[in-house]
Amino acid sequence: MAFKGQIVIDTEHCKGCGVCIEACPMQCIEISKNVNSKGYNYTHTVNDKCIGCASCAMVCPDGVISVYKVKC
Amino acid sequence: MANLDIVKPENLVYTKTKVLTDNVMHYCPGCGHGTAHRIIAEVIDEMGIQDKTIGVSPVGCSVLAYNYFDVDFQEAAHGRAPAVATAIKRLNPDCFVFTYQGDGDLAAIGTAETLHAANRGENITMVFINNGIYGMTGGQMAPTTLVGMKSATTPYGRRVDLNGYPLRITELLATLPGTYYVTRQSVHTPGNVRKAKAAIRKAFENQKLNKGLSFVEICSSCNSGWKMTPVQANKWMEENMFPNYPLGDIKVDGKLCENITAERLVLDHPLTVVNK
Ligand SMILES: Cc1ncc(C[n+]2csc(CCOP(=O)(O)OP(=O)(O)O)c2C)c(N)n1
Ligand code: SF4
Ligand code: SF4
Ligand code: SF4
Ligand SMILES: [Mg+2]
Repeated sequence: MAFKGQIVIDTEHCKGCGVCIEACPMQCIEISKNVNSKGYNYTHTVNDKCIGCASCAMVCPDGVISVYKVKC
Repeated sequence: MANLDIVKPENLVYTKTKVLTDNVMHYCPGCGHGTAHRIIAEVIDEMGIQDKTIGVSPVGCSVLAYNYFDVDFQEAAHGRAPAVATAIKRLNPDCFVFTYQGDGDLAAIGTAETLHAANRGENITMVFINNGIYGMTGGQMAPTTLVGMKSATTPYGRRVDLNGYPLRITELLATLPGTYYVTRQSVHTPGNVRKAKAAIRKAFENQKLNKGLSFVEICSSCNSGWKMTPVQANKWMEENMFPNYPLGDIKVDGKLCENITAERLVLDHPLTVVNK
């Protein structure tokens, strides 16, 4: 069974540590050129390959990633 | 470039637990403390024990842990969390009581409290964040600092002849009859986070059995203290910390695990590392 996913990052509270980027098996996440009000380059998704595995959310120390997933 | 049509409440499979408050954690980007907090909070949430849990926070980077958990909390003096938790648990035997401590707190200034709470077999859960350093005060050597590892107080690397051996307090505690569950985990990859969470769940469930102390070490990175990026620090931890601090259960249900040989318990030749 295949799954399609999408993550939502609370970019204002992301610290740009990048551990989610390492954890993603689909290379969906990159560091943005833009910064949030704390000055951190937050992360954002760069493609639609997400499978909703939640690996990124598992390792996010600040708990700022929410994961949505559907069967397809 | 996103599957935005999926973002609907009915498709939500993961979000931050409500047992964590919305306060922004003060930890450095990528610090393992945040992940460790999150999985403890998830366990409390999943067990439905939010109103019956009491945490005890240490002195160290996690001194403000009480700001992040939406459960009752008591701050302890440096190293004294196991003594404070002992009193709380004895007075509230139906509550789930846990300490959350770093290696400086638990294995240096608080060694006596740690050993004696374990030796008395107190029916509490202790979560031990071993990052091999005093993170909060600027990266001084801790008892857990590796041989050869540079810190603010061992600028040329830890020397056994001068600074002694890295203290593997988790193995030491496993030899005491008062400990019921002793394990070492990490939270740097998704798989390790899931295993560490299962260990914390077991350590909390054990309090229902009243058979002794449950101890979960989380071998964690301190990227600021180690002077690396968060991702580099996690790699360095795999290469250097894990050979000295092997992951996995050490004692389960009051018995040493089969793979825990005398050699594994003692590891009398600590591996030397050279960092930068
Ligand atoms: C009685 C006392 N002695 C020393 C200190 C200074 N001090 C604050 S935190 C700390 C060590 C913290 O290291 P650790 O427990 O490993 O926590 P980390 O910050 O690495 O998570 C020390 C020595 C103190 N606050 N109180
Ligand atoms: S792990 Fe979390 S805080 Fe770190 S970059 Fe990713 S989303 Fe941001
Ligand atoms: S849910 Fe999985 S596939 Fe989707 S962004 Fe996170 S790690 Fe990548
Ligand atoms: S100093 Fe180290 S332990 Fe403290 S918050 Fe920063 S990375 Fe974490
Ligand atoms: Mg420490």
